[in-house]
Amino acid sequence: MTTPLLELENLTVSFPTPKGRVEVVKGLSFTLGRERLGIVGESGSGKSMTGRAILRLVRSPGRQQADVMRFDGIDLQSQSERQMRHLRGARISMIMQDPKFSLNPVMTVGAQIAEALLTHERLGRRDVKARVLEMLESVRINDPERVIDLYPHEVSGGMGQRIMIAMMLIPRPDLLIADEPTSALDVSVQAQVLDLIDELVRDHGMGLILISHDLNLVARYCDRILVMHAGQVVESCDAADLHKASHPYTQGLLAAVPKMEETRDELPVLDRSAWSGT
Amino acid sequence: MTTARNWLLDDSPASKLQANMGNAYRMLLQLLRNPLAVVGALILLMLILAALFAPWIAPQNPLGQNLDARLLHPSAAHWMGTDELGRDIFSRVIYGARITLMIVALVAIIAAPLGLLIGAISGYFGGWIDKVLMGVTDVFLSMPKLILALAFVAALGPGIENAIIAIAITSWPAYARIARAETLTFRNSEFISAMRLLGASHGRIITRHVLPLCTSSMIVRVTLDMAGIILTAAGLGFLGLGAQPPLPEWGAMISRGRAFILDQWWVATMPGFAIILVSLGFCFLGDGLRDVLDPKQGGKS
Amino acid sequence: MSAITLKNLDISYGHTKVVTGVNIDVAEGESFALVGESGSGKSTVLKAIAGLAPDWTGEISVLGQPRGHKVDRAFAGQCQMVFQDPYASLHPRKTVDGVLSEPLMIHGLGNRSTRVVDMLQAVGLDTRFRFRFPHQLSGGQRQRVAIARALMLEPKVMLLDEPTSALDVSVQAEILNLLKRLRREQGLTYLMVTHNLPVVSFMCDRMAVMNKGRVVEIAPSRALHDGSFTDPYTQALYAASGGNPDRKEAP
Repeated sequence: MTTPLLELENLTVSFPTPKGRVEVVKGLSFTLGRERLGIVGESGSGKSMTGRAILRLVRSPGRQQADVMRFDGIDLQSQSERQMRHLRGARISMIMQDPKFSLNPVMTVGAQIAEALLTHERLGRRDVKARVLEMLESVRINDPERVIDLYPHEVSGGMGQRIMIAMMLIPRPDLLIADEPTSALDVSVQAQVLDLIDELVRDHGMGLILISHDLNLVARYCDRILVMHAGQVVESCDAADLHKASHPYTQGLLAAVPKMEETRDELPVLDRSAWSGT
Repeated sequence: MTTARNWLLDDSPASKLQANMGNAYRMLLQLLRNPLAVVGALILLMLILAALFAPWIAPQNPLGQNLDARLLHPSAAHWMGTDELGRDIFSRVIYGARITLMIVALVAIIAAPLGLLIGAISGYFGGWIDKVLMGVTDVFLSMPKLILALAFVAALGPGIENAIIAIAITSWPAYARIARAETLTFRNSEFISAMRLLGASHGRIITRHVLPLCTSSMIVRVTLDMAGIILTAAGLGFLGLGAQPPLPEWGAMISRGRAFILDQWWVATMPGFAIILVSLGFCFLGDGLRDVLDPKQGGKS
Repeated sequence: MSAITLKNLDISYGHTKVVTGVNIDVAEGESFALVGESGSGKSTVLKAIAGLAPDWTGEISVLGQPRGHKVDRAFAGQCQMVFQDPYASLHPRKTVDGVLSEPLMIHGLGNRSTRVVDMLQAVGLDTRFRFRFPHQLSGGQRQRVAIARALMLEPKVMLLDEPTSALDVSVQAEILNLLKRLRREQGLTYLMVTHNLPVVSFMCDRMAVMNKGRVVEIAPSRALHDGSFTDPYTQALYAASGGNPDRKEAP
């Protein structure tokens, strides 16, 4: 049996608040192979924190702790900060929500992608440029020669996100964590970006963790789904079986989203007292 | 005591008073968690108490000359020694606290509201009002504080009141700039648009919506500026243009002590310590207040 | 009577024309959607109606009265707006009670305490929220307060600028239900800007699709059930939003 790409057991992330320590992720466990996993939840569910915890990016005063946190056999918790830096980007990468905020506004696009590459590999200038152009082409940017000299504010949201993807995938990581990669994009661009992520993940044989608040979107682009609520996983199922979801929270979420062919007079509202939610 | 605390920390206040007091209490609690801010607050408390209770704290008359006891070392009888006229320096420092407190309070009361109003109006309206007001502000801002104060007292005559006015005139532009910058951050915000849509007049929006949001950064800036104001007043006093003898103003005391600095160091350095201590107190408190009052921290949840 | 009429509306920001030639007629009591992606100009249209985007030409009239280019006190009692970002639409230093009393104070209306309590109840907030500050409220609760504030002056027309796009799915459902109920109870007219087609399907009777500042199609919201749109941009938007255009060919 091949080593799973990622093994998480009993992950906890907590933060101090005036009212004492609060756990935003409570005892999360899952295993990931080279497949696509979707983590769905509303704000405050802990889904984004999970992504950051895997990369050990939870900053003090937050604390993370797990019984097992293994990536490709490597125990992530025992790695020093320096060793984690070697892993981040090179083996595990993360795409974030809004390219407006995740791209450096004072560096050109080409420089940023090159930096992502040079952090992990030593290459000559011409090789770097070739790789950058090749990467931009693979994210379907049409005239990469022109784009590498642009600044982030000169590109559209969709293109900015594609640049972010290029930057994060150029070191050829094994695992990609995408944290709401399309929430800040227009609807027509969302599908393009997700199709692109999907294609790249398949071509490179990567694992994907797609974090989103949109259940239907995750169902379309993932093999398995975890639904999180208040820091815990309330549902774990195959994407194809989503409509057979058993937990009332998942059912509630599915029912509460308006449909394209809406005929209901009123949308069913989550009855939060049905389980021990807040 | 706990019932009062519970009342203040209640999640669902039942009245505006309870809500406002609860908010103030929470901020106080947060402030008290910062050790430096507590130190700063204690220093300032000492300043205020010294000023209020000077006649009871000071062991001797600050103005009483005793030429037999000139330039004595600090000792049990005179904690900070005596100056060239035999006056007890400790008592003079205590009484000097009154003058210092008066200076900072008056400058704050004159300069801060003026700067706040001008900055808020400038930032809110924009356009030519902004250009004119900021032009005027820039004119004042470009004048060095001490030189303008010098010019002012030269014109009106030396004295503590004129020194205060001179310092206030040079301080307000900085506050106007801050208020304007602060106003610009939320000027196009949806809550301002909502007020306009509800039919609120500009005056109402400025006084009831814009100004309250500028006050936190104003409070922080004024507190941090106090150190500078004290030093400017001391500088004027040093030059003989602020408080006139025999008032025990700390800057003037340093000035007089210059002549004896090598052999009788305490005459100049004791009031100097007092200035440093009070300035530090204001800086620590100001930093602590900034952490507590910064609207960006309290804004989004 | 028409609630909102826009004729040949052109709106500019500085030297750029952001909206061109918009012609829309919203009937009284209707719920009308303005749909489009970012940069389509849909929010700008709302702002022009409200008087917050003064640089426009053409005609705007609300409830029979032509609109001027500025904000207007009398207009405040006719038409109000709910904004997109619940975090930015409430003054951070005012309690809920303060926010809701303000419109009454501006217009010199009495009986404030009763009206505030009644309105809180109407938007589904109980009295324990009355003296809270915005940072003590969740996004959904803030949006309810914003809706309550808009309704304090009892307007007949409501402009809704993406009122739920910043909210979680479950909270969105509650707010949409609330808006629908309020419209039914008070006979309001809604002009709602959104990019979310299923929301239009739930909330609105008719929709206008905007692209790059122009209206490309006006259709009944029933068209979302079978994708029977005529304009290619609308069809592309429909497909990208997960609509099944083949449905109209299904028997």
